[in-house]
Formats: sequence, C-alpha cells, structure tokens
Amino acid sequence: MKRIISILLENEFGALSRVVGLFSQRGYNIDTLAVAPTDDETLSRLTLTTQGDSQMAEQIVKQLHKLIDTIKVVDLTEGPHIERELMLLKIKAQDNDSRTELKSCVEIFRGHIIDVTPASYTVQLAGDSEKLDAFIEAVSHMGIMEVVRSGVSGISRGDKFIRA
Amino acid sequence: MEHLSGGDILIRALKDVGVTHLWGYPGGAALHIYDAIYRQEDVVHLLVRHEQAAVHAADGFSRATGEVGTALVTSGPGATNAITGIATAYMDSIPLVVISGQVPSSKIGQDAFQETDMVGVSRPIVKHSFLVTKAEDIASTIAKAYYIASTGRPGPVVVDIPKDVTEPNRKVLYEFPSDVKMRSYQPSNTGHRGQIKRAVKTLLEAKRPVIYTGGGIVIDNASEQLTAVARKLNFPVTNTLMGLGGFPGTDKQFMGMLGMHGTFEANTAMHHADVIFAVGARFDDRVTNEIEKFCPMATIIHVDIDPTSVSKNVVADIPIVGTCNSVLREVMLLLEQSSIEQDHEALKNWWEQIDEWRQANGLYTASRYEESSGDIIKPQDVIKMLYKVTKGKAIVTSDVGQHQMFAAQYYLFDHPRQWINSGGLGTMGFGLPSAMGAKFAFPDTDVACVTGEGSIQMCIQELSACSQHNLPVKIINLNNAALGMVRQWQDMQYNSRYSQSVYEESLPDFVALAESYGHVGMKVTNFDELEDKMRECFAMKDRVVFMDICVDRSEHVYPMHMPGGSMRDLWLSKTERT
Ligand SMILES: Cc1ncc(C[n+]2csc(CCOP(=O)(O)OP(=O)(O)O)c2C)c(N)n1
Ligand SMILES: [Mg+2]
Repeated sequence: MKRIISILLENEFGALSRVVGLFSQRGYNIDTLAVAPTDDETLSRLTLTTQGDSQMAEQIVKQLHKLIDTIKVVDLTEGPHIERELMLLKIKAQDNDSRTELKSCVEIFRGHIIDVTPASYTVQLAGDSEKLDAFIEAVSHMGIMEVVRSGVSGISRGDKFIRA
Repeated sequence: MEHLSGGDILIRALKDVGVTHLWGYPGGAALHIYDAIYRQEDVVHLLVRHEQAAVHAADGFSRATGEVGTALVTSGPGATNAITGIATAYMDSIPLVVISGQVPSSKIGQDAFQETDMVGVSRPIVKHSFLVTKAEDIASTIAKAYYIASTGRPGPVVVDIPKDVTEPNRKVLYEFPSDVKMRSYQPSNTGHRGQIKRAVKTLLEAKRPVIYTGGGIVIDNASEQLTAVARKLNFPVTNTLMGLGGFPGTDKQFMGMLGMHGTFEANTAMHHADVIFAVGARFDDRVTNEIEKFCPMATIIHVDIDPTSVSKNVVADIPIVGTCNSVLREVMLLLEQSSIEQDHEALKNWWEQIDEWRQANGLYTASRYEESSGDIIKPQDVIKMLYKVTKGKAIVTSDVGQHQMFAAQYYLFDHPRQWINSGGLGTMGFGLPSAMGAKFAFPDTDVACVTGEGSIQMCIQELSACSQHNLPVKIINLNNAALGMVRQWQDMQYNSRYSQSVYEESLPDFVALAESYGHVGMKVTNFDELEDKMRECFAMKDRVVFMDICVDRSEHVYPMHMPGGSMRDLWLSKTERT
C-alpha cells in the first residue's frame, strides 16, 4: 500500500541526508520526496511516499522519529488527508489537430498551458498522483518530450496540524 | 568573560562537560587542538597506536564505568580508522563522543589533502553527528553531543571540526551552556502505566515464565531492580551475551546465556515458555535462531527504551517503551500491591523441569567436554582457572571467536560492567584496547583480556600504549593456532575445508613479542602448570603479562544452534544433538 509520510525536520546541515540515508540503510524505497523550508525557516517540511504494509510503515515512522533532527513524523495515510503533486510536461504540438486535442485535455484535467512554441506546448498540472498518471496516459500518444513531477506534498484534512 | 581560541574552547568545554581524559592520535587537521591540549592539565590525553584502538579504549572505559568515553582523531585516515570503533559502539549502544579534525572550511569538497566526509562516512553508524562551522558553536555543540550520547538509547556521536575553527589567533567569547534543550530530541523515560499493569498481571499468571534480559539492563544500571523483580517472582533468568552480569551469574535462578551458544537449559526453557519477559534485549538473530520457529507458545512482554527495537523482529504482545530502570521499579511496586496469587504449583513443576534439563545437559552441572590433562589444555578449563584465580572479581574483556564464547559461558559474572565484549558488531581487535580503557578506569581491579592469537594481532600494537600509560592488563591468549570460530564453521558446514583459517608456521613468538614491548611473556603448554603460572601472572600487579596458552586445537564451542531451527534445536557436542 502507498504510504504518505510527513516529516517536520530541523533545517540543519546533513539533516536531509540522514532521512534519505535511513531509507537505503534499512532497505526501504522512497517513491517520491518533496522538501522545502516552512514559514519558520529553521524548519523543513518533507513529504515522502513509499510502499509498505502497516507494520513496515510503523517501523519506518519509528525509525524516522529516532533521528535526532526530526521533530514530528506522521503517517498521513492513517487518516483523512489531501495530497497534491505538481507536474510540468512538455509535449509535441505542431499541427492544429494536436493543439486542439491537447487544449481540451488540459481543460478537462484543469491544467494550464504555460509555454508555447511552434513545435511544443508546456503544460502545468496539479492534483493527486493518480490524476497526473491519468493525464500522462491520455496524452502519451501525442509525443511527450519531458515530464517533471514535484513529488507528493501532503497535509491532513480538518483542523489537525503539524507544527513544532 | 573569557575570550579563547577554538582549540582552547574545545578542551575547556570538554572539561566543563566532565571529561577527565581522552584517547587519541594527532594529525594535521587536529594540530590546533593538540596544541591546546599541550597548554593545559585538566584533560589528560592518552596516545594510542591506531585510531581504532582510541575509540575501543574510550568504549571500554565507558562500558566499565557507564560514563561517556571520548576519542580524538585527525581528518581523513585518522577519521576512517576510527570507523570500526564507532560502529562497534553503535551496535552495542555505548555512549561515546568522537571528535575528528577536518580540513579547513574553505577546502571542504575540494578533495583536499586528508579530506574525508566524516559526517557522511559515519552517518549510518552514529546516533548523531555535527559539523562545527564556527568557534562560537563549539561549546554548545559539545554540550549537545554529550547529552545526546548519554541519554535515551545511548550511542556514539561524531563532532567534526574543520581546522580553521580551532585556529589559535581567532578568539571568541567562551560560554558553556548551563543546560541543553533540543526541541527535536526529548527522550522519554517512563513506560505506559496501563501496559505495565497488563504486564504484571501476565507475569503473575505465568506457569512457565522466563526473564530474558540484555545489554539494556547493564547500560541503564538496572541490575538491582532486575534482581529484585526476579527474586520476588521466583522466575528463571537468562541473559544475552551483552546482558551477562546484569543478573548474578552464580545465582540459582540463573540459567546462563541464551542464543546461538547459550546453555541447553536457557534455550530449551525459552522454547517452552508461556510468558517471556524481555527487558533491554532486542531479539537479535544470534538469540532467536529461525524467527518463524521462535518460542511458539509465549506471550511476549518487551521492555525497551528504543521504540524501533520493539516489535522489530518479534511482535510483542505487550510492548512497553521506557527505561529498564523505571519500568522495573514500577513493575516491582505493582507486584507488591497486587492481590493476584501466583500459580505456585505450576512454577514448582517448571523449576523441576528446568533442573532436570540442567542436570542432563547443563554447562555447569553435566560434563560437557573432556577434561584437560598434560599437554591437552581445554580452553574451557582456562576460563574456569581464570575465574578461580581472580576469584570471579576481574573485569574481563574479550575479542571475538571461540575464546569469547568460552569466556561468556564459563566465567560467571556476578556484577554488571564486569564483562566487556563486542556483541553486536563482533569486532576482532576490541579486546586489548577496551581492556586499557577499563584498566584506566579501575587501576586497582584485575583486568583480563581473553583473546585468541587471531584477534590479538588486530590491535597488538597497543602493547606499546600499555607501557606508555602504565596500564597493566593481563592478556589471556587462548592460542589454538587458528581462526578457531571460522574453523568450527568449516568443520560443521564445509566438510573441514580450512580455507584461510590457519596460518601455517607464521605465528609470532608472543612471549618474545611481549618482552620486546617491555612486558612479561609466559607460555603455557601443560595443564599442570596452568594454575601456578596464572597465579604468578596476576600477582604481578603492575606489569602487563601476556599469557600465551596453547589450548586444544580441535575444540568446538557447544551448545550451538542448528541453522534454521528453533531455540531448542542444538548441537551439544560434535556427535550429540537435541
Ligand atoms: C574484524 C573481524 N574480521 C573477521 C571476523 C570474523 N571472525 C569471527 S571469529 C574469527 C576467528 C577469530 O580467531 P581467534 O581470535 O584466534 O579466536 P578463536 O576463535 O580461535 O578463539 C573471525 C575471523 C571478525 N569477527 N572481525
Ligand atoms: Mg585462535
């Protein structure tokens, strides 16, 4: 099962490498990893996705928590949550037919065309990972040139929040 | 308000955190620090002959005392030489601070001379690490390093300091923090009350209980609490290799060590137990044998300070995260208040069963090996003699191999911190330097390093450091002229194909070698002279004595778990099995 793990981390030297290192050291995979400082610049927020059953997820959470730099570790998949991923996608768009088809696809998926050349369109799309996968599938026959995905960012639903 | 250079700040902060001495080896990137050491007398530096030994010596000191050990090395090769020592401490949860010099900040990342990314290289084997970027941060980093190393589940902490940070001409205000607060690190101590209550009820209702304890009892100085609880319940106790001494080895409730080379009675009792009370132990693969077949009938209560150890290998029915000390205290309180009556009939039967196992195949009751005579010296008998001569009071360190297992089996440790060995990593070379650390801590106690001719050669250069710092340890070399434990496995699993486990005629004359360092060397080839020579050895209180004892080369360590089996599946000798 896919797990979305949220980590609040001291924004310190080596902190991120300790998180990433833990995964390879313990034999877990990281599927996606998104990290950036928060409103408090001494803190970083990470969202990490991996695969595992609940026992493995529990062990991962405990291991992450044991790292000295981690302040909070939450398995978001345990409760209601929201996940979003940003994708930038460059695709061939040379004739009218393909441009029309692409525009309607982008509209259906509520994306934006953010750059245009005579040969290509660049599309921006946000959503959960499944939606991005579905978009790729829908346009793949048109000639995808490049895909950039940010990795999942996640937050819990409702009034609960993660802060230092 | 004092202004000091980074080097002076480091040493002053060490003093202020309570460090009296450190083990180390100098080099370019650490020279400002070494100059600061030269300028003062509060913190004593002990020069070793190899950085691995510096870390092992600090580790031995820590294991013997419970205090944090300190080592200092230079960058690059000094730092990488320290790695084995750090990994050894990490696997056994030993609190250490290892300070490494680093190339100047401006050169980091440029493949500078003697540059190694120490924080990166050590990352998987430290509790935490720091790279200090300015002199102003040294004191607070040192305070944090010792706090982290010694609290929660202890472990080694690396502090990497670029050379420019200890520069003598740049002086900054020295301020040692009065206390350490870290929002991201707040180790919890006391276990969950409700869980402890459940545990106590389970313990009181047990019919075939075993108390199984590990290094956590020793580290947390909880052996008194353990002994009180065990006596109160009248339960049998077994210790892991790391836990020996946590419960008195000569106590009638003690079943000996468990695991791969544990006693028949301890392993068999574990297999049949209905309740296992695991405290400060981690269900290591050297204990459990095949995990699927581990203790099929047992309700498992697991107490550990580290949540990641609980339900990692074996799922605990009653997990309790807390220090051994606090949880055992709470257990004792609840036992005293409880109205539940123990099933005395069942316990009586259980003890009878255990005694039967002991009589049949116990290490201490049944004769498990042929006796020594003449020029056949059994390694087991050497350990028994060591026990006799030192009256069971020595601090015993060991290396890794058959000699280690014989020492663990036959020296009955009545006190915690009396038995010092590398359990988790199994580091050959650990014995002598860790003995130095223990001897430094307890100059009036006999310190014996039980070793093999293989292991001792991995850190033998420290015989020189023993002279320099007057550390009269006794080296008990069980010389079987082979990497005995390797050879045992080759006997048992590779049809006695001794691939690279023998040295032909290349072993040194250990007596002459010891003498060349200014020590006393003794060779023992006949069992009849063993006692006299060993008494002579320990009578020389102020000398390092190297006893080279030629033991039976064909001996194996038994019992031994059969691969893939359960706890009770054991080889009892070369020909008998359960
Ligand atoms: C640094 C290191 N290298 C290799 C090993 C693997 N190993 C375990 S026991 C052993 C043999 C040890 O020989 P010796 O010290 O003579 O002890 P004996 O088993 O003969 O008593 C070896 C090579 C190890 N534990 N540590
Ligand atoms: Mg040997």
